[in-house]
Formats: sequence, C-alpha cells, structure tokens
Amino acid sequence: MLYLHDPTAYQEAERIGDIIVAQDLEKRFEDLVAVDRISFRVREGEVFGFLGPNGAGKTTTMKMIQCISPKTGGTLEVFGMDVDTHQQEIKSRLGVVPQETNLDPDFSTYQNLLVYARYFGIPKHEAERRAEELLAFMQLEEKRDVLIEKLSGGMKRRLIIARALINEPRLLILDEPTIGLDPQARHLIWEKLRNLQAKGNTLVLTTHYLDEAERLCDRLVIMDHGKILVEGAPADLIREHAGSDVVEVKRVETAVARLDELGVDYDLAGDVVQVFTDNPHEIARDLLEVCRHKAAVTVRPATLEDVFLRLTGRSLRE
Amino acid sequence: MVEISSRVWSVWRRNWDAFLRTYRVNFIPPFVEPVLYLLALGFGLGTYIEAVDGIPYPVFIAPALVSISVMYSAFFECTYSSYVRMYYQKTFDAIIATPVSIDEVIAGEMLWGATRGMIYAALMLPVLVIFDVVAMPSSLLLIPFAFLAGLLFAAIAMCFTAITPSIDALNYPSFLFITPMFLFSGTFFPLDLLPQPVQYFALAALPLTHIVSVNRAITLAAFSPINLFSLAWIAVATLLFFLLAIRLMRRRLIV
Repeated sequence: MLYLHDPTAYQEAERIGDIIVAQDLEKRFEDLVAVDRISFRVREGEVFGFLGPNGAGKTTTMKMIQCISPKTGGTLEVFGMDVDTHQQEIKSRLGVVPQETNLDPDFSTYQNLLVYARYFGIPKHEAERRAEELLAFMQLEEKRDVLIEKLSGGMKRRLIIARALINEPRLLILDEPTIGLDPQARHLIWEKLRNLQAKGNTLVLTTHYLDEAERLCDRLVIMDHGKILVEGAPADLIREHAGSDVVEVKRVETAVARLDELGVDYDLAGDVVQVFTDNPHEIARDLLEVCRHKAAVTVRPATLEDVFLRLTGRSLRE
Repeated sequence: MVEISSRVWSVWRRNWDAFLRTYRVNFIPPFVEPVLYLLALGFGLGTYIEAVDGIPYPVFIAPALVSISVMYSAFFECTYSSYVRMYYQKTFDAIIATPVSIDEVIAGEMLWGATRGMIYAALMLPVLVIFDVVAMPSSLLLIPFAFLAGLLFAAIAMCFTAITPSIDALNYPSFLFITPMFLFSGTFFPLDLLPQPVQYFALAALPLTHIVSVNRAITLAAFSPINLFSLAWIAVATLLFFLLAIRLMRRRLIV
C-alpha cells in the first residue's frame, strides 16, 4: 500500500501553537499493533478529525492522548507536556466526550455536573455557576433535576458534552460525538461544537460519519490498520484522491467496454461503476450514448466518503 | 508504589451522596437486623443456653452481630456495588478522565466501603443499648473500630472484584469465604469449642475472628493483651490487601 502520509513533514522545527504533537506514536498489545508509529500535530483552535474503519486505532489514539492508556513507543506531547509524566496536569486541562455513555445514573442532570466538577477540585460555588451555564448552553435546563435514565439519547450526549466542559478545557476530545442520534440531535450538537471552536477551543474528534467530518473538521487524518493513510483539509483530500466529481453508471458490459476503450480509470463498487474525474460531463455524455439510455448515468460531486472508501477498501470490518 | 492525594475524597463523596439519596432503604438493615437476631437467637434460642463463659447469650452474640453487619456491608459494597459501578455504569472510566487517578478511585471506593461499615455499626449501637446487651460507654468504641474492620473487608472485597471474570463469579467468595466466616469466627459459639487445628486456622485465616474478638472486648468492657495481637493482625492484613487491591485493579483497568 502506498503511504501518502509524509513523515518527514514532522521533522520541521516545532511550530508554535501545536497543542498535540505525536511522533512515531505506537500502541502494541500482546498480539496486535493497534497504533503503528503514527505522527501528527494538532494546532491550537482547529477541529481535527480521526477517521477510519472499526479497529483502525482511532479510539486507542484518543485514549493515549487522554493519558489513560500508556503508549508503548514514540513520543506524545499534549499542551507541550509528556503524557507519561504529566498525566494529572494534562487531564485537568482536557475535556473528554467518550464513545460510551458513562453518565452517573445515581444522580440527576445537574448533580452529574456538580459531582464531576468535584473530581477536578472545582469549588462548589464555582461549580454551581458553571453547571447552570452549561445546562443553558446545551439546552438542558428543563431536564435539570431529571435522573439520567429519563433522558433521550440526544440529551445524554449533550449532557456528556456539558460535563466535558465543566473544567473549561482548552482541548476537547470527542470519540464519536453523535453516534446513534437522529438528524435533529446531530445538527444541534454540530452547532454547539462550532460554537466551541469559535470561542477558541481546540477539538479533536473521531467519527464514522463522513458528512460530519466534512462539515466540522478543518483537517483530518484517515487511519487504517493502525496507520495514517492521508492527512489534510477535507476539500483538499477530495480533490486529490477523488477528483471534483463522480460519474456513476450501472455495471453493464457496454459501459465497462467503453471506459476501457477511452482509457479512463474506473472503480467497481458492487453493481455500480464509478469514474472519478474532473470533467464529468464529457464522460457522462459518452456513456449515455453507448448505453443508449438503457442504463442510468448520474453525475454528483465527489465526497469524503468516496475518498474514504477508495483508501480503505470496501470489505467489511469486524 | 501507590500515589494517593486528597482527590480520593471526591470519589468517597460521590458514593456518600448516592447513599444519602436512597438513605431510607439503606438505613433499614442496621435497625432491623440486630432486632431480628437478638429476638430469634438471643432471646429465643438463648433461653436454652444458660450462659457462655458466664456471659448471658444475648450479651455474647451482640458484638458478633455488629461485626457481621460491618463485614457484610463493607464486603458487599466493594464487591457487587463496586463491580456495578466499574463494569456496568462505567463510573470509574468517567472518573479517570479527570485528574483523579485509578489508584485514587480504588482507594476512595475502599474508604467508602469502610465508612459504610462504620455507619451501620453506629446505627446498630442504639438498638443494642436499648436491649441492654452492651456496656457503655466503652461500646462507643465500636464505631471507630468499625471503620478499621470495614476497611479490611472492603480491601479483601476489592481484590476479588479486581480478578472476577463476571458479577456472578462474585458468588464464590460470598458463599465460600464470607458465609463460613459468619458461622465459624466465634460469632454464635466460642471458638474453643472447635477442634484445635480449626481454631488455629480461624485465627490465621478468618479475619472476622479478630474483629469479633476485639468487638467483644469492647462491648464487655473487658480488654486483654490478646486484643493487641488481633489489632496488629487486622492492621497488617488491611494494609496488605489495600495495596494488593490497587495493584490488581491497575492490572485490570489500565490497558
């Protein structure tokens, strides 16, 4: 496999404003390398995404950044501090939105925030002020005194984000922030995350939703098998790895034969033939003619999903 | 090495707050249990027993009832309840995302288990005073000693929680370790009725034996040098299991 990711880029002099710096970061378990010597930098104030199929190493990377899973190789600095030696200092400045809902079911919405504030040593009076503010920000005021089990999925996610903000962190780590939510709930969370970025927070997120990544991330990496395949801004990655548009046609012999004849590169995706190109209309017209309107030809803009599938393949994971 | 800061109390406080939210349910056992045992065993069965070593039977079993209650409350808190918080509720995961370390989470859980034992002893005491089966004021010592006894059982419990493959497997220590202790630790009959080797075994390996021995000295206001041996045994065992629990939990939770 070709690694488009260039490790030498990281040997430049350290840039000011990098909030996370990973160099040859590795996490090895007994029988598996979950994260295989990856290097990346997250700049202050940006939204940085980790994309990849299940088992790509995204969550493991998040856990190493959070100082809860020790790395087995390489270096990793958060806020300029080593994760091995400054766990408490790093954790006190981080906000974490975990993949699994781990709100405290023994307490109400409001109490969840207060109990969590205590773990950071935030004085009670200050904690109460912040909790009220965060309930308002996340639109949870009406659910203030409700037990966790009575909240909907979207409300729980919003409360977890509110909880992650209780220590006023500069850096927020979000592992699948909108997993399992309906479109309304997702849009609300996106809006809140953009608000946070506008306030100067740095956000690092993992997601399976490529539209989410395209919308939110300033830069992202696509990981697979513990390695980083590509890194860049979503629009750049699309242009570089998929072209501007995609022409899709049903997989019929005449169409495939015509594409071979033209010498155009195409991908087979199930019963559809995909052509990634910068001049879609010419190819579409050509295909329509040879197929004599027997097979539908569509043209659409290329998306991050196209890049993702081209780079990580179509085979099912797990 | 174990590193524990004052953050440990934020974990303890979480459990205290949760306990207070459901205090009505939590306060029933320490009031009801001694009444039932005293009525059934002390004054029911006890009418057939004249005295144990010159002590009326209800007076003989009173310190055992406190010891058993402390054992059960601390042990079950740090097995089933801690396991639920760790595995099902993911509460530990949520806490270690903050500056609180895994060592502090586990220490806080054990200190809470000990506190719960102490709360139960404190709630039982007035009942025992009303039945006139404990000497006062020496029996006030039951309360602080219950914290130490509770910490011992909490630490042993946490070791089992750290190695158990599932919540059901916690039934093994409950039935094979705790239940025999309930019966064979000088609780309802004196230890010296048992064969000599069993006595030695009880003294060496059944923590409740030492707890009952100290509590009985407290409620009878009759202290002897053997109590110092028991206290030393308890102190050493508590420290060892406390440190072992943290080690085992680190191994389980840090991946």
